[in-house]
Formats: sequence, structure tokens, C-alpha cells
Amino acid sequence: MIGDGVPRLEDERLLRGQGCFLDDLHLEDCLEAAFVRSPYAHARIVSIDASAALALPGVVAVLTGVDAAGELEPMVFDIAKLVPDAVREATDPQVRIHPLPALPADRVTFAGQAVAMVVARDRYVAEDARELVQVEYDPLAVVVDAEEALRPDAPRVEPSWDDNVAISFRHEQGAVAEAFDSALAVVEETFRLQRQHASPIETRGVAASVDEDGSLLVWSSTQTPYLLQSFLGRWLPQPPESIRVRAPDVGGSFGSKHNCYPEDLLVPWAALRLGRAVKWTEDRGENLAASTHGRDQVHRIALAADADGRILAVRDSVVMNAGACNLLGLVVPYNTFTHLLGPYAVDSFEFDIRVVLTNTGIVAPYRGAGRPEAVFAMERALDRLARALELDPAELRARNLIRPEQLPYRTGLVYRDGNEAVYDSGDYPELLRRARELVELERFAPLASERRRLGVGYACYTEGTGVGPFESACVRIERSGRVTVLTGASSQGQGHRTTLAQIAAVALGVPVQDVDVVGGDSAALAQGFGTIASRTLVVAGNAVAEAAAAVRAQMLELSPEEVPRAGLSATSVYRPGPVTWAAGVHAAVVAVDVPTGVVEVLRFVVAHDCGRVVNPAIADGQVIGGVMQGIAGALYEEIVYDEDGLLLTGSFMDYALPTAAEMPEFALAHVDVPSPLNALGVKGLGEGGAIGPPAAVANAVEDALSELGVVVRTCPLSPSRVRELIRTAKVNTVDSAL
Amino acid sequence: MVEVVVNGRPFAAEAEPRLLLSDFLRHRLGLTGTHVGCEHGICGACTVLLDGEPVRSCLMFAVQADGAEIRTVEGLAAEDGPLHPVQQAFHELHGMQCGFCTPGFLLSLTALFEQQPDANEDELLDALSGNLCRCTGYANIVAAARRAQQLLAERA
Repeated sequence: MIGDGVPRLEDERLLRGQGCFLDDLHLEDCLEAAFVRSPYAHARIVSIDASAALALPGVVAVLTGVDAAGELEPMVFDIAKLVPDAVREATDPQVRIHPLPALPADRVTFAGQAVAMVVARDRYVAEDARELVQVEYDPLAVVVDAEEALRPDAPRVEPSWDDNVAISFRHEQGAVAEAFDSALAVVEETFRLQRQHASPIETRGVAASVDEDGSLLVWSSTQTPYLLQSFLGRWLPQPPESIRVRAPDVGGSFGSKHNCYPEDLLVPWAALRLGRAVKWTEDRGENLAASTHGRDQVHRIALAADADGRILAVRDSVVMNAGACNLLGLVVPYNTFTHLLGPYAVDSFEFDIRVVLTNTGIVAPYRGAGRPEAVFAMERALDRLARALELDPAELRARNLIRPEQLPYRTGLVYRDGNEAVYDSGDYPELLRRARELVELERFAPLASERRRLGVGYACYTEGTGVGPFESACVRIERSGRVTVLTGASSQGQGHRTTLAQIAAVALGVPVQDVDVVGGDSAALAQGFGTIASRTLVVAGNAVAEAAAAVRAQMLELSPEEVPRAGLSATSVYRPGPVTWAAGVHAAVVAVDVPTGVVEVLRFVVAHDCGRVVNPAIADGQVIGGVMQGIAGALYEEIVYDEDGLLLTGSFMDYALPTAAEMPEFALAHVDVPSPLNALGVKGLGEGGAIGPPAAVANAVEDALSELGVVVRTCPLSPSRVRELIRTAKVNTVDSAL
Repeated sequence: MVEVVVNGRPFAAEAEPRLLLSDFLRHRLGLTGTHVGCEHGICGACTVLLDGEPVRSCLMFAVQADGAEIRTVEGLAAEDGPLHPVQQAFHELHGMQCGFCTPGFLLSLTALFEQQPDANEDELLDALSGNLCRCTGYANIVAAARRAQQLLAERA
């Protein structure tokens, strides 16, 4: 049953329109909130006059930073400050956290930041009143671009800091300078992966109600209800034990619903102050402006290679735009660092990164969380190297891949959890071989013409998955004979109700249809975490397997008739060791229409290793969904600010999500090597699909336009950008020692 | 007063002139299967059938629907009956993940197949391109659409 593509157990109610998402909740006597948001990227708040808003019938309250000042401290997450000892020893990261005020009293630092909360009879009235709140701003100097923010005279996002650098660290191993001195070929280039947005089709939302006994029930469209519960316990004037957080059905997340946001704090706070239920549903404009963004890194990368194309050394210097706050500390920049070398055997490596505050929306993990950025830089640089050496790009990769017999392979790096980063299992050459086989370029050759150029591009990656700290599960036999699985990991569409049920069903020897998986309620288990970072199958899956095995052992002591009456249950808290490494090779076949600059992805190939597969239909669905987000980043999507820090892509008319019409043909191959690090043998796969496509598509576009000497340095490869590349291309002058 | 027939049942309710049809269905009639993803007519999650035509219920006022016959996702299958073939196909072929955009896709396809039972590939993609999905990458949605067409043909 593990390995079966069981149709999902969660589908039927969703198909019948019986799901319950945040805005579907109808709490008794519920008020609705709307937020007044700053039109300026950086400004002093001179005054807020809510009198006209309060005079509007139906308005109950207008809360501002002045009200919050005594009660809600500026928010800092524990995880942001976390630097494991081994990480400190290895790279000595300098970490400064810029706290995020729930409602600022004096100053806004990005456009779209909430400055006042209107609570009214319904959302229509709340939005009317929002227009009546008079906020006087005194605009301040703005910095938008991360490299400009590094200049000594740049405006400071946080005036008490001496510069805008929030995080920096560096690492060196091997003999980098010697390798560059002795190399036959050196390429050096600057690549930027642009800012993007997760854009789940359900926006965020929060609802809160206060019970007669004063306890607080908070509903949030969060990925991590347990984390939010402990966060609210820390930041609200309310005893933690009387706060319960529930996540209803959640309509996609991709990282953007992991953070604890100001609204997560403000809606319950308003409910406590007013003694009434309050609900807030984000609109799309708010989602694009004030939910977290992703990517936005510039890499100055150099490769040194010998005559055969063997990489002798890699040097990379990164500037990451964090936006106005660095909510999650080291997570993204450290992922970039530990995934840059991917599946390649490289002894000498020098890396440094500066994470810089700017007056823009907050950058935090978005599907891939630092890895697509790293892979974009490395894989683009490899294609530049292949061109310099006149080698086939796939062949160049083949020569540098870590061979199966070299595993477990010690990278020499320390992962952000403090464990040594050791590739535990996989077969990278086989992944590449399978991908090359599936490209089938010859099939597309008849489509090529002088006008319509074909290209193929590859991208290889590794991904640390199943990161800690822990996840918990409780398996219980009900009197009805059905099995309940409680998990700390709630779902936002990943199909956990099916995969975790499959795991429990196998361990217990019961049909999968008899298992009910329940997640997303902080009151269900003593401790839990949530769904982030390609980890749920590993950490929650193994917790479920352990708890179910313990129940199975109890069952074996009883007769079948006694089992339902015995109240059997077991709880397991699974604490993983080091991450287990998934990997993949992506290949894109593209057609570029030279006169218009339109890029079409004709075929997208994925060879991937996600360990033992529990449900192939769900696994492939995760991969293809991730790939399509990656292709969207390669071709369509970009969060754009103007020089004053105003968001130019504040709606779906400007931030262009692809539709079914843009979907390429897909080909998938599994080269799954079970993980030796956990009993189930599984690896995470939620993010992998999104890691490779920007690099693979960019490589393919450059390949298609190689005769024109085009060099692709950033995405999205929109028609206008491709036309600009073609117009400005000179005959290829690779910076090479050849 | 707005009078509509929704999924075969007549409803009459007060509605301010500015009340969106999506909010009317969701919050006045309690039919929360119709979802709202962007409120500016791009994502298609709020798609319902108005006198048989797919419309964005976030771009219409409830008063504009006065006298109309509306179908929502709740009306595709009988409450205790089997799934509608379009729903069945999405289940069989894993055409959904979070399920938030799904009602809009189901209704867009229902309208397509009612009007053009033998829609070709281009017409199918054209009908699907009015709805955004962020989870699936569309591959299984397109496959489910083809399967639904086949199931409907078998039933006809």
C-alpha cells in the first residue's frame, strides 16, 4: 500500500464545495476588520485621525500604533535569532534582526505596511471607514535596491543601525586562490534571480473569538498552527494555555503562510479588547504587497576549471534583498550557501553573503527558500563555462557529478540545523542520464527555423529535506473501529490526509479508508510544529509510523473483538537527525521567437530522487506543481518596485501567473534511492520542483540564442527582456583564460 | 430584494446595490463553495453559471443577477448522490491539491461541455485558461478535463 497512488481521501468534500476555508467560517456575532496601509515606502507617521471613521455607523473601533504601543512589542521570532553553535563555529554569522511592529507608532518602512486597523459590522463598512482614516505622513528617503542599500550614504531602514546589513557570513574551504591561478578556464558572471511572490489562490486570513471563560480561539490560514500558538502566547497579553489556534482548510501556501504576521497578532488582540469575534480576510492587493516575497538575490559567481572541464574552485559573493525585515534570520541565506554546489564534487569553495534591509516588502522563504537562487547562479555559470570550453553543457555536468560510490559524501559544510551536511544517498549520474534520455530534442527539430530557435537547458540540484526540530503524531483506535491520526503538520493541499493515512494503515494492517488524519489544531497534541521546508513526509510520516507501530504492538496483545473497546493509542515525537538529501535534474526544451521575443517551453523533463515514494500520484503532483511555479518565475512573474518603493505589480493584472495554456509537455522519471536516515526511507519533495526551472529555462533560452551571442543574467524572460537581450547582444566574448 | 434560483432552489434576500454576487452567495445564502481569490476578475475561483454561462461572481453585483438561474459547485451533484462526472474526473486523476480553485474549474468545464460536448484541445485549453491554479501546474487538471469529457460522452 506504500507506493500505491491511492485517490485522495480529502477530495470529496472539496469537490462538493463543502470545504471550510478561513473566510467560510461564520463565527457568531462576528465583526470584520480592514487595514489602513502605508502608501509610502518610508515615512514618519505624524498623526492619525480616526474621528471621521469612528463616526461612520457600524464602525466599532479604529486601532493604531498608539493603542498597540503599550501592549504589543515589536515582533521578533525566536527562529530568527537561532544560530546553532556548530553554525557559529563554521561561518560565524553576524545576525541582526529588524523587529516588525504589529502596528508602528512612528515610522513605516515599506509600502503596504499596516498602520491602523478598522473593525466594523462587516467588511464593506470596514473598507468605507478605512478611506476615512486620515494619516499624515512625513516621507523619508527610500532605498529599494540591495546593492544601493550597501552604499555608505544610503538611507537607513533602521536608523539605529550603522548600515543596512542585517546578516553576513563567509566561508572558505580548500585552496581557492591557487585553483583560480592554475585554472585553464575561468568564467565570472553576475546573475540575479528576481523577486517573486507565492500567490496561493487563497489569500491569508485570521479570525478570533473569545469564550465566556476568557479563553481565545484563533483561526488562521497558517502552515504552522502550533508555532503560531506559541508565538501568540509570547506576544499577546493572554496566558498561553488559554490560546488555541486552529488552521481550517488552507488554500495553498508555498512558504508564505509560515510566518507569523502582524494580522495574526492584531485580529486576536482586537477580539480580546472588544470581547467580540473578529475576522479579517486579506485581499489580493494586500497579499501581493504585504505577504512575504521570495528570491531577490544577486550572485557574483566565478568558476575555475581545468582543460577537461573539471571544476577546481567556485567563488560566489551574494547580496540578498531582505526587504524591510528579516523575519526568519538565517533560513534563506544559509540554504543558498549549503545548496550552491549542488551535486558537484568541488573541493575549493569560497562564499560570502550580505543580507540587506531595504524599504520593500519582506522577503522570506518561498518554495525553494534560497535554493532556486543558488541553483540559478551555479547552473548558469556552468553553461557559461561549457561555452568557454566548447563542451556540451550536459557533458560538462556529467564530468563533475559526485559518483554514487562517493556517497555518503561530506560536503565540508555545516547545515543550518547545526549538523554536518552529508549527502546520504542518491545517484546523480543516473538522474542526469535519465533526463538527457527524456529530452527527445530530435522530436522538436522540425519546429525550428531562422525565426523560431530551439534550445535545451539543464539544471541539477540537491535539496536538504526533512529538517527538524521535530514533529509529533498520535494514533488512536476509536470505539467505532476507525483509526484517528492526529498530527502537528497541517495540510495546505499536499495530500497529507492520504499519505499519512497510508503510512498508518500499513503499520496497523487496516484499510486506508478506515483512517482519519486530523491536523491543524494546537489543542490536539501536547506539542507540534507544522508544514514547512519539504519535511512533512519525513518528520510527520515517521512520527505516524512510530506511533502506529506502538498501537499495533498493543493490538497484538488483544483479541480482534477487544481492540475497539480498549482505547488504544500511542503518541510519538519524531526528532530527525541530519537532513536527508533529495536531488533532481531538470531539462527544458524551449522555442524562442526571435522577432517577438516570446519564449515557449515545449517540454520539461524532471528526473528526481525523493526517496521511497508513498503515493506516486501525489508525489508527481507536487513535482509538477513546483515545476510550473519555477517556469512562472523563469518566464512571467516579477515583483517590481519603482524608485520610490511603490509596488508596480499590485494585482494579478501586473503580476502574471501562468494558466493552463502556458503549460508545457512534462516528462518525469524517478530515480528514487531510499533514505538511509529514517525508517520509512522517505525524503521531502514539496519544494524540489521549483528549484531547477529558472536555471533550466534560462539555459535553454541562451542555448536557443547562442548564435546571437545572448547572455541571460536574470529572469523573467519576458518578450521585452528577450528582445532587449537580442538587440544588445554582441558576439560572445566569454571572460576566459583559454 | 434579489430573487434568484440557485441550484434549483428559489431564494429571495435583501441586497445593498453594491453587494457582490460572490458575497451574496457566500455570506447571505451560505453557499461557501464558491471561492474568492482575487476580487478583480483574474483568478476565476468565483466562477458560477448564470443562466448557463460562466461568470465571475466577484465582478457582478447581486442585484444584476435578479431573476437569474445560478448554478454553483454545491449544485453539481445531488447531496447524497454520486459525484458529477467532472468532479469524478478531478478525483480520479488528482486534478486538485488544496481545492480552493477547484470549484471555479469545475464550473468552467461544466459550461464548456454543456455547450460543446466535443470541444477540441484548443477549445479545452481556452476554457481552462480563465482559471488560475497555483498547486497542480495544470497537468492533472487538463488530464481530468479530458477524462470528464469522456465520462460525459459515455453517459450521454
